[in-house]
Amino acid sequence: MEYHGSYLKGGPCLALFGKELKYRGVLSWVLSTDHKRIGVLYLIAVVSLFAAGAAIGFFMRLELITRGPTIMTAQTYNSAFTFHGVIMLFLFLIPATPSVFGNFFLPIMIGANDVAFPRLNLLSWWVYMAGAAIAVIALVAGPADTGWTFYAPYSLRTGAKVSLAVFAVFVLGLSSILTGINFVTTVHRLRAPGMAWFRLPLFVWAVYATAWVQILATPVIGVNMLLVISERLFGIGVFDPAKGGDPLLFQHLFWIYSHPAVYIMILPAMGVITEIIPVFSRRVIFGYKAIVYSSLGIAGVGSMVWGHHMFVSGFSYEAGVAFSFFTFLVAIPSAIKVYNWVGSMYKGSILTEPPFLFAMAFIFLFSIGGLTGLILGALSLNVHLHDTYFVVGHFHYVKFGGGGFGFFAALHYWFPKMFGKLYNKKLANYALLILFIGFNALYFPMFVLGLQGMPRRYYDYLPQYSLMQIISTVGSWVLITGLVLMFGNLIYALFRGKDAGPSPWRGATLEWQTPSPPDAENFEAQPKVERGPYHYDGI
Amino acid sequence: METKLSRDYAGAKIGMWLFLLSEVSFFFGPLALYTIFRYRHPAEFRSASTELNLTLGTLNTVILLTSSLFAALSVSAIKKGKEKASALLIALTAVLGAVFLFIKYIEWSAEIGRGFYPGSLALFERGKGEVLYFGLYYFLTGMHGAHVFIGVVLLSITAVLISRRTVNTNDYIKLENSALYWHLVDIIWIYLFPLFYLIS
Ligand SMILES: [Cu+2]
Repeated sequence: MEYHGSYLKGGPCLALFGKELKYRGVLSWVLSTDHKRIGVLYLIAVVSLFAAGAAIGFFMRLELITRGPTIMTAQTYNSAFTFHGVIMLFLFLIPATPSVFGNFFLPIMIGANDVAFPRLNLLSWWVYMAGAAIAVIALVAGPADTGWTFYAPYSLRTGAKVSLAVFAVFVLGLSSILTGINFVTTVHRLRAPGMAWFRLPLFVWAVYATAWVQILATPVIGVNMLLVISERLFGIGVFDPAKGGDPLLFQHLFWIYSHPAVYIMILPAMGVITEIIPVFSRRVIFGYKAIVYSSLGIAGVGSMVWGHHMFVSGFSYEAGVAFSFFTFLVAIPSAIKVYNWVGSMYKGSILTEPPFLFAMAFIFLFSIGGLTGLILGALSLNVHLHDTYFVVGHFHYVKFGGGGFGFFAALHYWFPKMFGKLYNKKLANYALLILFIGFNALYFPMFVLGLQGMPRRYYDYLPQYSLMQIISTVGSWVLITGLVLMFGNLIYALFRGKDAGPSPWRGATLEWQTPSPPDAENFEAQPKVERGPYHYDGI
Repeated sequence: METKLSRDYAGAKIGMWLFLLSEVSFFFGPLALYTIFRYRHPAEFRSASTELNLTLGTLNTVILLTSSLFAALSVSAIKKGKEKASALLIALTAVLGAVFLFIKYIEWSAEIGRGFYPGSLALFERGKGEVLYFGLYYFLTGMHGAHVFIGVVLLSITAVLISRRTVNTNDYIKLENSALYWHLVDIIWIYLFPLFYLIS
C-alpha cells in the first residue's frame, strides 16, 4: 500500500498475519505504526499527564501557603507528593523527550522511513498507556503515601495501596525498555547512505546514549518493584528487618536505576539544546566529538554515582568517598556540554527566536541545578542538607529547569515541522518570560529554606519559614500562568497558525528537507548524506 | 514498508540481543541480594538448601538442557530445509518446558506442604538466614518460572508458524529469536540450580 501526502492524512496502520489493513478516524491513530503518529500520540498523553502533575503540584503549594492545615489533610498531602512525583517522573519526564521527539525525529534525522520495529513501537505506546491507566486507578482507588521513592520498610507496612502504584512503575519501565531497544537498533541499522556515525545529528547521539541507559538500568527498578509487591503480598523478607532483610538494599537497587533515570530525562533534552543553538547562531557546533563523548560519558559514569542519595543512610565512609568522587566526576561531561554550547554562539549571528530563548533558559536553570548538585555531592555539606528543601530545589532545577524546559524548547523548535503551522512568536516569548520568573520565584526560595533547615515532604512548618513558603507559592501561580499561556499559544496555532513552510529556522539536519508536516513516507527518495548536520552554507 | 523492514535479519537479531541484555540486568538485582545474604548467613543458607528436593531439581536441569538442545536442533533443521522436523523439534522443546513447570509445581507444593513458605512458623523458628533463603528461592524460581511459561507460549506459537510455513527455510528469524530466548531461560536456570540446590 502506498501513501502520499502528509502523515496527518494517512499512514501505515497495524497489519497482522500478513494482511495490511487501513483504519479510519481514531483507530488510524491508535493502531498506526507510523513513528510520527506514535510520536504525536505520546505528545498528547505526555502533555495531559504533565497537566495533571502540575495541577497536583499547584494544590500542594497552595496547601503550604499557611502553616497548619489549609486546603487538605496531612494524609492527602502525602498522597499528593507521591503522585506528583510518580506522574512527573515516570509518566512525563522519562518518556517526554525520547518518546515524543525521539520517535518523531530520530528516524527522519538519520534518513530512515521508520524505526526498526514499527509494531513494537506501537506496542510500547500501548504498554505506556496501560501503565498510565494503572497509575490513575491507583490514584483513585486509595493512593499510596510513600513518596515516589517507595522506600522500604515503610512501603511494606503502610495501609495505603502501594502495590498498584508500584506495578504501574513496573509496566512503564517495560515500555521504556522496548523504546530503548527500538532506538538502538534503528540507529545501527537504518542510517541513510553517507550518514556516518560522526555525521549523526547530536540529538540522535543523545537519544542513542539514553536508549542504552533505558535498556540496561530500567530492569533493575522493574525487579525492585516486583520485590516490593512480593514483600507486601507474601512477605518474602528481603527488605524487612524483622525477617532479617535489609531495607538499605532496597535503596541501593532503587537508585541504581533512579540516578541513571535522571539522565534518561536530561540527556535527550541536552540533545535538543545542541540542535537549537547552532541553527540560531548560524554556526557549526563547537566540539562535535566532545559532545558525543560527553553524552556517552554521562551515561557511563552516571551509573556509578547512585550512592550520593544515601550518604546519611549509614553505609561506610569509604563508600561515601567513592560515590562523592564519581558525583564530582560526572559533572565534567555536563560542563563540557555547557562550554560547547556557549562556544558555538561565539562570533555567531544570533537570531533570538523563541526556541533559542528557551534554550538559553535551559542553560541558565540547568547550570543552577548542576552546581547545587555539586554542593549536595560533597559529603560534609550533604549531612546538613540531606532531605531538606535544598534537595527539592536542586532536583526541580535539574529536572524541570533542564528536562522540562528542554522539552518546551523542543516543542517550540519542532512544532512547525510536526504540524506545519507557526505559532505566535511574540506570545511564546512572553510566555517564556512569565515561566522563567515564576520558575525562579517558586524554586529558588527552596534553596534558602533548605539551608535554614526546612525538611522536605513536611505538611507543616515553623513560623520562620513562612515568608519563603509564601514567595514560593506565589511563584507557582506565576508559573502556571506561563504554562497556560505557552500551551494556549501552541494549541491556538494548531488551528489558526500561519503556514510554516518546510524550513522556518533554516536548519541543516534532514528533517528540514521534508515538507511540513512530513509525508507519511518521510522522504520521496532515499536521501544521500554528503555533509555534516551543522553546515549552513547555502541554507 | 513495514514488512520490508521486518525482513532486516541483522536488525531483528540486534533487537533480540538487546532484549536478552535487559533480561540479564533484570536478574542482576535479586542475584545481588542472594550474594549479600548468603555472605551474611552462610551456615543457614547451607542448612536450608538441604530441604530442597535435589532429585527433582537435577531432573529439571536435565530436562531444560535437553530442551535447549532440541531448540538448537530445530534451528539447524530449518536452515537445512527440513521444516517438518524443525516444527516437531520446537514443539518438543515447548513440551519439555511444560514438563519443567509441572515438576516445579510438584516441588513447590511439597515444600509449602512441609511448612516452608514466606511468613511460615516453621521457617521463622529456623532463623532469619533460612527465611531469606526461602524468600529468595520462591522469588527467583518464581520469576524464572514466569519466563519458562512465556517461553512455552512463544515456542508453541513458533511451532504453529512453521507448520503454516509463515516461518520457513528462507525466513526463520522468528524461530532463531525464540530459540535464543529459550537458551537464556536455560542459562538462568544453570545459575539458579547450583545457587539453591548445590550449596550444602
Ligand atoms: Cu543522583
